[in-house]
Amino acid sequence: MFKRIVHSKGLGSAVALFIVLLILPPLVPRFYVYILALIYVTSLLAMSLNMVVGHGGMFQFHHAVFYGVGAYTVALVLTKTSLPMWIGFIAGPIVAAITGLIIGWFCVRLTRLYFAMLQISLGSLIWAIVFRWYSFTGGDDGIHGIPMPSLLSSLNNSYYFILIILVICLIMMYMILKSPFGNALQAIRDNPQRCEAVGINVRRYQLLGIVIATFFAGVAGVLFVVLERSVFADLLFWVFSLEIFIMCLLGGWFTFAGPILGAAIIMALRTFVGKYTEYWTLILGVILILVIFFLPEGVMGYFQEIFKPRTK
Amino acid sequence: MACGPVELICQLLVGLSRSMILFVVCAGLSFVLGVLRVPNIAHGSLYMIGAFATFSLTKIFPGSTGFWIALIVAPLLVAVVSLIAERALFCHLYQREHLMLLLFTFALSLILGDLVKIVWGAEYRSVSAPALLKGSVSILGASFPRYNLFLIVIGPLVAIALWLFTNKTKIGKISRAAAVDREMVGVLGINVSWVFAAAFVIGCYLAGVGGALVAPTVSITLGMDHTLIIEAFLIVTIGGLGNMWGALVGSLIFGVTHSFGVLFWPQFAIVFPYMAVVIVLLLRPKGLLKSVW
Repeated sequence: MFKRIVHSKGLGSAVALFIVLLILPPLVPRFYVYILALIYVTSLLAMSLNMVVGHGGMFQFHHAVFYGVGAYTVALVLTKTSLPMWIGFIAGPIVAAITGLIIGWFCVRLTRLYFAMLQISLGSLIWAIVFRWYSFTGGDDGIHGIPMPSLLSSLNNSYYFILIILVICLIMMYMILKSPFGNALQAIRDNPQRCEAVGINVRRYQLLGIVIATFFAGVAGVLFVVLERSVFADLLFWVFSLEIFIMCLLGGWFTFAGPILGAAIIMALRTFVGKYTEYWTLILGVILILVIFFLPEGVMGYFQEIFKPRTK
Repeated sequence: MACGPVELICQLLVGLSRSMILFVVCAGLSFVLGVLRVPNIAHGSLYMIGAFATFSLTKIFPGSTGFWIALIVAPLLVAVVSLIAERALFCHLYQREHLMLLLFTFALSLILGDLVKIVWGAEYRSVSAPALLKGSVSILGASFPRYNLFLIVIGPLVAIALWLFTNKTKIGKISRAAAVDREMVGVLGINVSWVFAAAFVIGCYLAGVGGALVAPTVSITLGMDHTLIIEAFLIVTIGGLGNMWGALVGSLIFGVTHSFGVLFWPQFAIVFPYMAVVIVLLLRPKGLLKSVW
């Protein structure tokens, strides 16, 4: 009963927030529209990572690779082929999910730190190829000036497109996490041995979790291209993977919407702090240390903890 | 593309000398990993500090003695930095889960990376090798830099020193014991927190040594920490986490495949070591040698 009320409250505020965000673009300067859209893209990426890290308990340490693969796929389809553009938009997430399937298939045989290390090495292999293959991926220059369908030509239209895709993805993620599959994934996180004992195929569930998460990371990659019209190899670099990790931690691992909050905080800070100082990573490091010491459950987890006793 | 036997041998030697720098750094990383069970992401930043400190010290002490002074002082400086970080912050986290420790080291690497930028700026720096090791020697008719030979000699020396330290000294034995069963070591009345601090500082000291050694061979710049740490992670993983000899084997695989990659397909040279790592991990997911865990 209590849970249902909390959820309806959450749903109500989410709908209100969505309506506010819908009417915002004509009212605020272009720059803020762009920053908001960038926050949506990054939150989708952080949400997809949190599906495997927070809810799945896997050490997915190189998630940015799938984001980058999705972005590069759509960029390559739009620039190098004459296929219809919508094929690129669909191909991005699918290729990212296939990459996730291949890398995940090797990784789920291992646990924890070994899982992380194997994923970093496989991901770095993809990064190295993208970074060096000048004739195909543009190497460290990346690809710029990617043509977009006329529908997405203006910033406001891109903004609406990104916002709507984000909302659809969030609803899908919520349904997946509340489904029996999502429950099994969280059970595996909490106690893999017991899950195996009651007949859950742990590896298969984990692999499926990775494939779903990488699919959404690919969607985020496509949205990034829609917003930026360019891709570069840094999207696949492992430092960026850890930054997404920080977003999940900052927002709250074990909450549904935490990563969105984390991504919004980090991206907003980066934009506004970046205006005054070039030492953004120093500040990011300090924030991370503060979170580790004082907010290990994240901002969202902290507030949940505070409000729990009162509503009970 | 000339691929005579002489070129092959020369390239092998270049690969070996690069491997030795990697080994010195990875031995430190592996040592920390073995005792604390934390992959120290800040290791790369400490390596970078070692290299930049070497640059500054050779500026303060010009002439050929400068490099030798730097080779001794720069790693100590790095050790002091790591000791401060460990005692001030890191030691309060030992009770927490491992992911937090790992993310802490990442935060440390972010902070140290920007501190280097504040102290030394973003320009490229270079250090010249000491007079004794300048120039090149002739091997089978091909000229080979003397400094690289020095590296090939110093690598095994570090390996032997580290082996003697972990097997023959008391603190080394205690740290190995702490790697296997930290609670038991605590029960025996040893201050585990200080054992961890010592292990962390020794590991970071080796990162500083690696930074000082690499200084004359590359241009010292921001971002060298990021490329190195990922290589170092892969090396300790294929060697077996926490196994020093594994770090040696991994470094050799990594360095030699890279240098042969340069010879055969320069554009994709960077891909070869990653391929080697992937192949090793597919065949032996837990590394070539036994992990200490």
